This record gives sequence, C-alpha cells and structure tokens, in this order.
Amino acid sequence: MAKKLLLENAHVENIRSYGVYRDRGGYSAVEKALKMTPEAIVEEVKKSGLRGRGGAGFPAGMKWSFMAKPEGVPRYLVCNADESEPGTFKDRYLMEFIPHLLIEGLVVSSFALGSNRTYIYIRGEYAWIVDILEQAIAEAHANGWLGKNIQGSGFDCQIYVQRGAGAYICGEETALLESLEGKRGNPRIKPPFPAVKGLWDCPTVVNNVETIAAVVPIINLGGEAYASIGVGKSTGTKLISACGNINKPGVYEIDMTISVEEFIFSDEYCGGIANGKRLKACIPGGSSVPILPANLLLKTAKGESRLMNYESLADGGFATGSSMGSGGFIVLDEDQCVVRHTMSLARFYRHESCGQCSPCREGTGWMEKILMNIEYGKGKMSDIDLLWDIQRRIEGNTICPLGDAAAWPVAAAIRHFRDEFEWHINHPEEAQKRNYGLANYADVRDAVLV
Amino acid sequence: MIRYSDLTMVTLTEDRLKKVQEIIAHFPEGKQKSALIPVLHLAQEQEGWLSAGIMDHVASLLQLDPIEVYEVATFYSMFHLEKPGRYVFEVCQTGPCMLKGSDDIISYIGERLNIKPGGTSADGLVTLKPVECLGACGYAPMMQLGKHYREHLTRQRVDEILEECRKA
Ligand SMILES: Cc1cc2nc3c(=O)[nH]c(=O)nc-3n(C[C@H](O)[C@H](O)[C@H](O)COP(=O)(O)O)c2cc1C
Ligand code: SF4
Ligand code: FES
Repeated sequence: MAKKLLLENAHVENIRSYGVYRDRGGYSAVEKALKMTPEAIVEEVKKSGLRGRGGAGFPAGMKWSFMAKPEGVPRYLVCNADESEPGTFKDRYLMEFIPHLLIEGLVVSSFALGSNRTYIYIRGEYAWIVDILEQAIAEAHANGWLGKNIQGSGFDCQIYVQRGAGAYICGEETALLESLEGKRGNPRIKPPFPAVKGLWDCPTVVNNVETIAAVVPIINLGGEAYASIGVGKSTGTKLISACGNINKPGVYEIDMTISVEEFIFSDEYCGGIANGKRLKACIPGGSSVPILPANLLLKTAKGESRLMNYESLADGGFATGSSMGSGGFIVLDEDQCVVRHTMSLARFYRHESCGQCSPCREGTGWMEKILMNIEYGKGKMSDIDLLWDIQRRIEGNTICPLGDAAAWPVAAAIRHFRDEFEWHINHPEEAQKRNYGLANYADVRDAVLV
Repeated sequence: MIRYSDLTMVTLTEDRLKKVQEIIAHFPEGKQKSALIPVLHLAQEQEGWLSAGIMDHVASLLQLDPIEVYEVATFYSMFHLEKPGRYVFEVCQTGPCMLKGSDDIISYIGERLNIKPGGTSADGLVTLKPVECLGACGYAPMMQLGKHYREHLTRQRVDEILEECRKA
C-alpha cells in the first residue's frame, strides 16, 4: 500500500468538518509554520523537490523564490482550481472530500509568500464545491486560523473563493488573472511573469490546488523527508485521476515508483480494462499530452518498464514518450476509435481557444474540420499531411501553451496511429460501422505478465 | 449573440444586491470590476439568462461601461445569452466521456425530446446543450443540471431525470 500524504483521511467520516479534521492533526502545519520565518518555509518547499501539480511540473519552491517584494506593494497568492483539462478531476476530489487540507495549505503558503488576500479561482461549474470551501473557510475563521493576527503571529490573511464561468483557458495562469480582474480570459504575453506583475500588476504566485495541499505534509514532515518519497525529481506523492475504459475509475494517490502496468492492472488502482477488453492506448497526463499505444505505454523504447513518474512518462521525448501533465489518465480499450477520439479533443481545443493568436484560432478550427471529414468518411489521403502541417505551424507560435496543447494530441495520434487514419480514409463505409481495433499496437501485457 | 432588443430594465432583488456588496468587499478599493463574473452568476440565477437589460443593471452596479459587461458575458460558456428551457441538460461530449458512451446519451435525449443538440423541447421544459469536459471524467457519461452533476448516466437514468423535471 503506497504511503498517502494527501488522501490518508479523505474517507474519515465527517472529515469535511473542522472538528474532525483538527482531531486528525489538521492545522498542525499552520502552528509549525507560524513559528518559522517565511524564508525558512520557502526553503523547506525547495528542499522537498515539490513540482507544480497543475501540469507544467515547475519546481514550486523555485517559483516562490521568484516572487518580487517591492516595498509597500501587496503580494498575492492565487490558487488555481480551474481544473478543466479533459481527464483531470483530482482537484475536485480533494476539495470536495477534504477541503480543510486546501485551506490549511493556503494559510501556510500565504504566510510564506506574504499574501494577506488569497484567492481560490474555481471553475464555475463546480458550484456546489464553492459552498463546501466557503464553509471550511468560515470554520477556519471561527477557530482563529484566518483573519487578523492569526494565532497571535501578527499575520493577517483572508481567503476568498471566486467562481469562473466556463472557459478552459482560464486555467492558464495569466488568463486566470485577467478573469479574476473581471475581464475576458485572454492570456497575457510573458514576460513580465506573474511573480513580478500579476494580479492588478502586483507580484503574484499562482499554484494548483494539489501543489498547495502538498505544502501541508511538507511542513509537517520536513522538506527532506518529503523528498525521500518517490524517485529522482519525482518526489512526494501524486494524485492521478483515472478514467476511460477501466474497471475502477477514480482518484488515486500514488508514490511515483510504481509502474504504469501496475497502475492499470492491479486491483489497488484501475483494476484492469473493463469488460474483459484489451488495452489499446492511453493518454497518461490529461488531453494535452501525447497519446501512446499500449506497447509504448507499458515499456519505454529501451524496453524498460515505464513508471508513473515525470521522468519515465516523458522518456523518449514525443517520439516514443508522453508526459505526466496534470495526472489525468485516460485509458482506451480495443473498441475505441483513435480518429474519433482525436476529433473530439480537436473540437474541445477549437471551442476553448481564446482567439487572440491566428495560428491557434484558425488552426484549431481547421484541425477539427479535417478530422471530422476523415471520421465521417469524406477524408482524402493528403489530409493526413495537411493535419501534420497545421499542427506544426501552431506549435511554438502562440501567446500561450494552449496552441501547443491543441497541436500535440493530433501530432501524436498521427505519429502512432497513422494506419488507423489511412484505414478510415480507404474504407469510409466500413469505418462508419466498426472500429479499427488493436492492429499492431497490441496490448503487450500478455507477454509481460506471466 | 447579445439580444439588444430586450432592453427592459431589470434589477436584482434586495438580497442579491446585498450579496453584490459582499462580493465587492472581497477586492481592494477600486477593484470592483473583479466582482463582475460572480455578479453575472447572480443575475443569471435570478433571470435564467442574461438579457441586455440585466447586464446594463450589472454595469451600473459596478460602475462599468455596458460594453465591459457584454464582452465578458459573451466570452464565458456558462452564460446564456438567449432564454433557455426551464432545465438545461449540459451533457459532456469530450473524449473521456465519449469513451463511455456520451454520444449515445446525447442522441437519446435528442430523440426523447425531439430536438437537436442546442435545441429546446416544444414545451419549453428542457434545453439540450452539449458541453466540454466538466471534470467528472471518471464518472462518465455525465451532465450538469443546475448546480449539481448527474453522473454515470444511462438511458434509464435519463428517463428518470426527465420524469423528475416534468414533475417538479
Ligand atoms: C491552456 C492551459 C490550461 C491550464 N489549466 C490549468 C488548470 O486547470 N489548473 C491548473 O492548476 N493549472 C492549469 N494550467 C497551468 C497553469 O498555467 C499554471 O502553470 C499552474 O496553475 C501553476 O501551478 P503549479 O505550479 O502549482 O502547477 C493550464 C495551462 C494552460 C496553458
Ligand atoms: S494560443 Fe490560443 S488560447 Fe492561447 S492566447 Fe493564443 S489564441 Fe488564445
Ligand atoms: S470528459 Fe466529460 S467530464 Fe471530463
């Protein structure tokens, strides 16, 4: 059983309530942190090796140390609870079941960063979670963990929950800040980075929900002890939200030493492929990261077992690897159509593009249309090269990474499943009636597991 | 598209106006524009959609130009710029839900109500709105109905939910 740092108490009865959370040792990280200096807390987070859990995996302690501290200018901490990357539902789980963990992490982090007003920006659709968070905030207030002069430390802090209103792009940190300022979610050109010029032009740190929650065990255990869990630069534990054609979809806390194979097939996690089907493909880190066929998913190009951590999932680069991303683990069984799935993701990115940059605005629309043509039996062989060309022209040519996020899934689908695209184009009638199946990316598990 | 034809001035109820003041207080002096999205949620909750009239009211509450409100209202997909049916079935159609049969759920709802995606049933009860990933991919197929999610949908669950709406 893997060590749990975040979800250990998630299923304790009434853990949502302050009393139960406190009885289980809750808010001890705040007690400890308030006796430290802000610099010492940042140092612990640096030592922990914690990487941002929102998708990019940037070291959290380093990000914190970039926060500018001009005299007389307020600084802000903003918690990114926008969670809209397809396949990702871990932040929701954490907030819904153990909201005080996030609040506790926010108090510690706000103290470390000198933020007296901290915002949780939550996607608008999570409306009922707003109530849960506001209840937890009110309880924290009533018990002296928020407000003025917290526990006699002289530190003041308020936390406010702000709802978005349906826009994936508002998960991108600068679009989020625009939205929090009451505007359209158009990403800003960087630099300047939020750490210098963020919310209302003040220094701001934006961190994912899970990143902030992880600060609690880091302070409780100490940075070094946290870093000793996991492997290499994948320290601590990671929440993975698993979905698609598996027996046990859900949110799992893993330590990053287990193999992808164990994660998918063991009863402790996904419990294998549903309905006795075979594994075809997987998008291991949310819709924006490359899809991998079963053979490349379970083993790296060197033939080693692939592990559920940042380095191993990325092994082989985009040629034969993928990425940890946001931890949204999407599994496709042998009956699924890669063309149709890619079309659906292309539609998503077209819908979510903010429209500021032409390559993204136009390119996502073109990719969706071409993929629809192929899916609905009107594709031409030259469409595959055209798609490749369009995605290549988006990547790296836009203001924010949504352009790349739209390009990569299409590129990876063509790279690894070209024959399935060709089959669609050559057999338009048949492709309407049945799916291509496993082909040569067969689930290699039979050969691996004895 | 904003329905400029509907300019009847509408105002928020007393308790909602109080809520507006509370929201404004979340932000530093002079940053009341930040309250815009939450206040638009309040307005939509009251009216069921955002008419030009209610948006102009919101603009005056937050000392904004109406255009600042319109440009925000048109950006975010949760805001309805046309009056929808009494219930909006916001069914997720993105990849992970598709893997679990969201296509079938969407077409079944369409069949039951005799409408296309985006349409509203003749009795004005239900609007079917396919939406993108709602962060419930592990509990797919699913939809949002009001404030809450309905997960693990099947044709039978859809029938039950329709019945529930008819009775309510
Ligand atoms: C299009 C796009 C969408 C994003 N969506 C999210 C999101 O929903 N939640 C999140 O935490 N980060 C999201 N990010 C990453 C944020 O920009 C930012 O890197 C992150 O919030 C930083 O937090 P972390 O360092 O704790 O991971 C997104 C980025 C892009 C480009
Ligand atoms: S890449 Fe796309 S989403 Fe990002 S700023 Fe440009 S148009 Fe907007
Ligand atoms: S894909 Fe439907 S909720 Fe995520």
